Amino acid sequence: MSPTLIRAEGGIRLTEAETRARASRNRAIALVLAGLVALFYVVTLAKLGLQPPFKG
Amino acid sequence: MTDIGWRQSEIRVSLAEPGDYWRLLKPRVMSLVVFTAFVGMIVAPVHVDPVLGLVSLLAIAVGAGASGALNQWWDADIDAIMTRTRGRPIPAGRVTGEETLTYGLTLSAFSVMTLGLAANWLAAGLLAFTIFFYVVVYSMVLKRRTAQNIVIGGAAGALPPVVAWAAVTGSLDWAPIVLFALIFVWTPPHFWSLALLKSEDYARAGVPMLPVVAGESATRTQILAYSALLFPVGLMPWALGFAGVVHGVVAAVGGVVFVGLAAAVFVTRGGAAARKACGRLFGFSILHLFTLFAVLAGERLATAL
Repeated sequence: MSPTLIRAEGGIRLTEAETRARASRNRAIALVLAGLVALFYVVTLAKLGLQPPFKG
Repeated sequence: MTDIGWRQSEIRVSLAEPGDYWRLLKPRVMSLVVFTAFVGMIVAPVHVDPVLGLVSLLAIAVGAGASGALNQWWDADIDAIMTRTRGRPIPAGRVTGEETLTYGLTLSAFSVMTLGLAANWLAAGLLAFTIFFYVVVYSMVLKRRTAQNIVIGGAAGALPPVVAWAAVTGSLDWAPIVLFALIFVWTPPHFWSLALLKSEDYARAGVPMLPVVAGESATRTQILAYSALLFPVGLMPWALGFAGVVHGVVAAVGGVVFVGLAAAVFVTRGGAAARKACGRLFGFSILHLFTLFAVLAGERLATAL
């Protein structure tokens, strides 16, 4: 954590390191969410005894 | 402009990277959990759907990771004192305790729910119990109160093969209970050989590990006793018929070496030689457990082919 926030006239400005860290966390969350969608999709198919359509 | 009254010290923006959140899961412990759970799964005498098997393993791994994160939330104060743990994300100041608590609880809920949906609710319940046991019983209750912390707490580390067996069979049997016993009896000599090497660290943090409260001599005796007990427990998979002769031989030879190294720890007191003996036992303990589980898996896969 960093107490490096600057109170500026235009509002709060993040430092470059903070922006970079936030972007990498956002990417990780997006990947995890996409992974969860895929996970529940394949679990549903497996529970129903089906094959994914791309397997024919 | 209106001053809205923020002070610089009140507003903090996280510098945490995804890697910090990954480290909160204790990935090395998680890999051991995945391995023992995998063996618990393939030893089960049922056909395992590969997709559901993989998803179950993932859920068990995430559950283990969640309990690791919750443990780090609770133990942040002592982690900051011990040299081995002071670089962890919370003491290093990269993630707050509150963030870690939310992260751990969320992952716990998701892992239990996913295992319940993908496998069954017996396995999900066992996973929830494992997380509860590690976080509440071990971390919150036992760790700072009794020298038997890792003996009882070892149950949490021993449960993953039981959870995995339940995930694929929907029931319990003697085989997973024996695998549980194997890890449970293995845990004390494994951790105490490390605790003998790190006893000053534990003493500084106020953690009542056996060498700190009962002394090194009592610890060496206990290590020898548990190592001797591990020998027959290691032979049980073969004796009960769910492992083959190869496993029996490996368990017998490994068990003898284990007791031999524990005897060396018992006999060698003080100085560099004693530290070396502890280091050897600690290293071999990991190899021994890994080999016992790997041979079990190898035998089962060889029979299936």
